[in-house]
Amino acid sequence: MEYLWAFIIGGAICVIGQILMDTTTLTAPRILVIFVVSGVILQAFNLYEPIVELGGNGATVPLPGFGYSLAKGAMEGAKEGFLEAVTGPLKATAAGIGIALTFGYVAALVFNPKSPKR
Amino acid sequence: MNKKPDKKDIAKAYGKYAKGFTPRPNYVGNCLKAFFTGGAICMIALWYQNTLQDTGLSEKDAGIFVTVTLVVIAQLLTGLGVFDVIAKFAGAGVIVPITGFANSMVAPALEYKREGPVLGVGANMFKVAGPVLVCGISSATIVGIIYWIIYRF
Repeated sequence: MEYLWAFIIGGAICVIGQILMDTTTLTAPRILVIFVVSGVILQAFNLYEPIVELGGNGATVPLPGFGYSLAKGAMEGAKEGFLEAVTGPLKATAAGIGIALTFGYVAALVFNPKSPKR
Repeated sequence: MNKKPDKKDIAKAYGKYAKGFTPRPNYVGNCLKAFFTGGAICMIALWYQNTLQDTGLSEKDAGIFVTVTLVVIAQLLTGLGVFDVIAKFAGAGVIVPITGFANSMVAPALEYKREGPVLGVGANMFKVAGPVLVCGISSATIVGIIYWIIYRF
């Protein structure tokens, strides 16, 4: 059951992205920004937490989940003090961003650009 | 003074003209593909998370490992040139999950590799990921400050 919900919620979020890509002239970076910021805003009003509870990784793996962890880190830090509120978002996502940067840089240096197969 | 609106009108007319030639996307088919690939990625991630938790990791740590693994796989596939092929089929199904974010760091960096390791690769890694990180982190920081004010008073 857990897996079914992860599948449905993860799929549904991707369908929203696909509809945005197909019906509007929004470019991919803008869609990514919209998803992350909407995750932050939804979690700021505690609206994303129930989706995560229901969908598990189906809600945390898509990009709104990234915004959710950012906002959650900020909100948890805010209970402790101003500094924790400011460092919270980065602390919560530090591992992901750090690896994405390091491994991405290494991958870009190691691999050579290829023309996509058509 | 009169030139600007004229140009705009021409651009508008051209947009209309060009619209007649752009093929209409297959909405239902694309959505189905996105749904199934996106859902499958999330389901595999959940399975991986459960396996990690079974070995004794806490839920939070397991979640971080899942994210890191997905990022590394997506960046490897991007470097190998496979990600583009998958993305062409799946569309938003691989772009909306964290894999798309990882891909968006490596793809432009590879494209500008000829400009050198600093200004080519280093700078262009943030072409797409930069706006995402800037908007995401700054909005989350604002949320944190607002919550801090609420908790304080």
